[in-house]
Amino acid sequence: MAYLLTLLWIIVAVLVSLGAGWCFRAFLISVSSQNMAKVFRTAPLTASFGLLVIAIYTSCAVFAPLIAPYGEAEILSYGFEPWSSDYWLGTDNLGRDVFTRLIYGARNTVGIAFLITALAFIFGTIIGIYTALKGGFIDQLLSRLIDVLMAIPSLIFSLLMLTIFGTNVISLVLVIATIDSTRVFRIARAVALNIVQLDYIEAAKLRGENTLYLIIREILPNALAPLAAEFGLRFCFVFLMISALSFMGLGLQPPSADWGSMVRDNADLISFGDITPLIPAGAIALLTIAVNFVVDWMLHRASGLKD
Amino acid sequence: MTKAIPTKAKTKTPAKAKAKAPTKAKPKQGDILLQMRNIHIKGKSDESWIDIINGIDLDLYRGEVLGLIGESGAGKSTLGLAAMGFCRDGCKITDGSISFDGMDLMQMDKSSLRELRGKRIAYVAQSAAASFNPAHKLLDQFCEAPLVHDVMSRNDASQYAIDLYDRMNLPSPETFGLRYPHEVSGGQLQRAMTAMALSCRPDLIIFDEPTTALDVTTQIEVLAAIKDIVKEFNTAAIYISHDLAVVAQMADRIKVLLKGDEVEQAPTEIMLKKPSQEYTKSLWAVREHTRKEQPAVKNQTPVISIKSVTAGYHSSVDVLRDVSFDIHKRRTVAVVGESGSGKSTTARVVTGLLPPRMGSIEFQGETLPAQYQSRSREQLRHIQMIYQMADTALNPKLRIRDLIARPAKMYLGLTGKALDDRVRDLLHMIEMEPDQFIDRLPSELSGGQKQRIGIARAIAAEPTVIICDEVTSALDQLVAEGILKLLDRLQSELDLSYMFITHDLATVRAIADEVVVMKDGDVVEQGIKSKMFKPPHHPYTELLLGSVPEMDPKWLDRLLDSRGKDNLGDAAIAKMNKKS
Repeated sequence: MAYLLTLLWIIVAVLVSLGAGWCFRAFLISVSSQNMAKVFRTAPLTASFGLLVIAIYTSCAVFAPLIAPYGEAEILSYGFEPWSSDYWLGTDNLGRDVFTRLIYGARNTVGIAFLITALAFIFGTIIGIYTALKGGFIDQLLSRLIDVLMAIPSLIFSLLMLTIFGTNVISLVLVIATIDSTRVFRIARAVALNIVQLDYIEAAKLRGENTLYLIIREILPNALAPLAAEFGLRFCFVFLMISALSFMGLGLQPPSADWGSMVRDNADLISFGDITPLIPAGAIALLTIAVNFVVDWMLHRASGLKD
Repeated sequence: MTKAIPTKAKTKTPAKAKAKAPTKAKPKQGDILLQMRNIHIKGKSDESWIDIINGIDLDLYRGEVLGLIGESGAGKSTLGLAAMGFCRDGCKITDGSISFDGMDLMQMDKSSLRELRGKRIAYVAQSAAASFNPAHKLLDQFCEAPLVHDVMSRNDASQYAIDLYDRMNLPSPETFGLRYPHEVSGGQLQRAMTAMALSCRPDLIIFDEPTTALDVTTQIEVLAAIKDIVKEFNTAAIYISHDLAVVAQMADRIKVLLKGDEVEQAPTEIMLKKPSQEYTKSLWAVREHTRKEQPAVKNQTPVISIKSVTAGYHSSVDVLRDVSFDIHKRRTVAVVGESGSGKSTTARVVTGLLPPRMGSIEFQGETLPAQYQSRSREQLRHIQMIYQMADTALNPKLRIRDLIARPAKMYLGLTGKALDDRVRDLLHMIEMEPDQFIDRLPSELSGGQKQRIGIARAIAAEPTVIICDEVTSALDQLVAEGILKLLDRLQSELDLSYMFITHDLATVRAIADEVVVMKDGDVVEQGIKSKMFKPPHHPYTELLLGSVPEMDPKWLDRLLDSRGKDNLGDAAIAKMNKKS
């Protein structure tokens, strides 16, 4: 019976999510301009659900102080209070409100993950396209250098770098961005290699255009579709990486709230059958899935398949 | 596999019979093989369905060859594929009936259709290079269909393959099948593909532009092989092409299509002599564009002078050997030759993409730096280029406005209103309405319009010389004609000089003042056009000239009689090389 009930709950959850996605899509179509509405109409329900989740997370991150009932690092009671009307999801080991920290966690974790991914993409794409354009010695040198960096497992490498440079937000952002830009580099280079042989690049070179113009105006717009899809995936990986580092105590430092360290701080509760520590973990999982739904849709659009 | 019943006797009788019985009202080749009635096909574009074919009827008798012609977008290929009961992705047959040998293809399920395709209906695609699997040997690919369809055993199939390769005049037929697709030439590959289509001895073969991508000399080999085989096996065929002269050689009957509608249909001879519709007449008239040849220039510094250039790519082989010719002001120099003759390499040397090993390029008397990176902006401006594939020559993400404005902004420093006016002027010059096109993306234009934008981009730099690299070979004849006229007009308006690279001698006839014939990196002959088209020719020029299909259905037969079957294309060139 319990098994059937679980199954029922899962089905209900999926239906509700898809329904929410459908409503959100209808909302998007009605508020956006004609061209965008045309794009949104092609979105499958999964992708619209993903968009909805991303929209909720983003508004949580932006409006955190308005939504959250308490301060981020405010100690309100004794540790580990149960769920109640005062503290919706109870309090953590130090007596801070878990719901509040969950919302601030969106701001810290998602914001930093976004910043890191954006930086990784700026570095990686520009260097990747540049090497593809120049070819020859520069290409060989940079590609092999990046291969060396990629040969070291990224988590261990980032642990090492963070120990050397210290665990503050700036070094966290720079270290992960650098490590991640190696992955972006490879994709950007591979995509650009196909583009640089086309006639319009040759025409632009013969016109006497400089390298920056070639990269930004001629190559980048044509490499955007695969890179945008990769951006979504990379974002998830970065997000998981920050959470993992925080869980190990090398990520964001207290008292800043972030989902990885929230799982660690409250992990003890699991032994008592309390699911509170799983909620931040679930928040991570939900965002990862949502982003992937959207990425799938974008990849499908970029591939130009009709069915 | 009844090999070599004296081929000559066998091929000649049906030819005569066919020629003598002008198939006026109803051809009597026997019973109907394929009957398509009121075919409607729609294709999906974004959200809506648009008509590709609107109600075409098609009949095909056993042993008959039907030519389908029309410009691109006319629905030729779609109709050809529909004859197999097949539709491309995103298309569907919405109405009509297709009956093949009494079977209704529309009602058949997928597995019985699969059984039919390859076994009784075969398809030969335009690009053999793209249609063969590069990872398997030719013979293995040949034997696949007969084995899958249980027509013959592996041994019989390979015997049959050797037999067919022999009839197609492929070199050393016993071992030819052991090669991989990349190890044979384009013309050989196309013939191998025709052989493959015959592997199950089908009743119907659909040829979809089988020679469009080939040189004239190679084209002849393929045409001869196809014609021979189709007659010998009494196979019915649908021959799709946009080249009238080619269709005229192959087809018993011609059907003209335009935008999914049938314009007219008639037996080949009648169709060629007196087409009844205006549209057909305009197709026929295309090759008539010529212009007056301008007299040779003397005692004037040429605009571009190529001085004994020897060049090559990475390996030590020279792709160009001691190439020299001049391009004078307001003159068009056509550089002619087959693929691999070094035409495009010459263009790369002139533009500075490929520094020559020896020799130099002079522009108005001064030597240009060998590499484009070391040329000044002004030097770059004077030499512009128009590419063969307008699709890849225009950045798909830039709007027409930006594409054309860029050179004007870079070289001439125009901005704001002046730049906008200049772009509009340029669009007027290429006969495109500015308000309609200025904010479009290249993907929203037709092939001919794209090529016009390529031209506008080149003249936006106000150049002295434009290098046109096969600019019309990817276009339909009607569209190509328009482009040639435009180039002609621009030349007299803007005092341009053209270096016109092409393999199509009809184009040369239409636009050139001087002709340079290239072969294997050597210039074999050069001079003014009228001289070049008059005998005596260099043997290679003669071969090229003789290989251009003419609008006479008996041209191919005559040519085969005079040259002999073993003396076409590759073979002829090889023979010529031996002599010299």
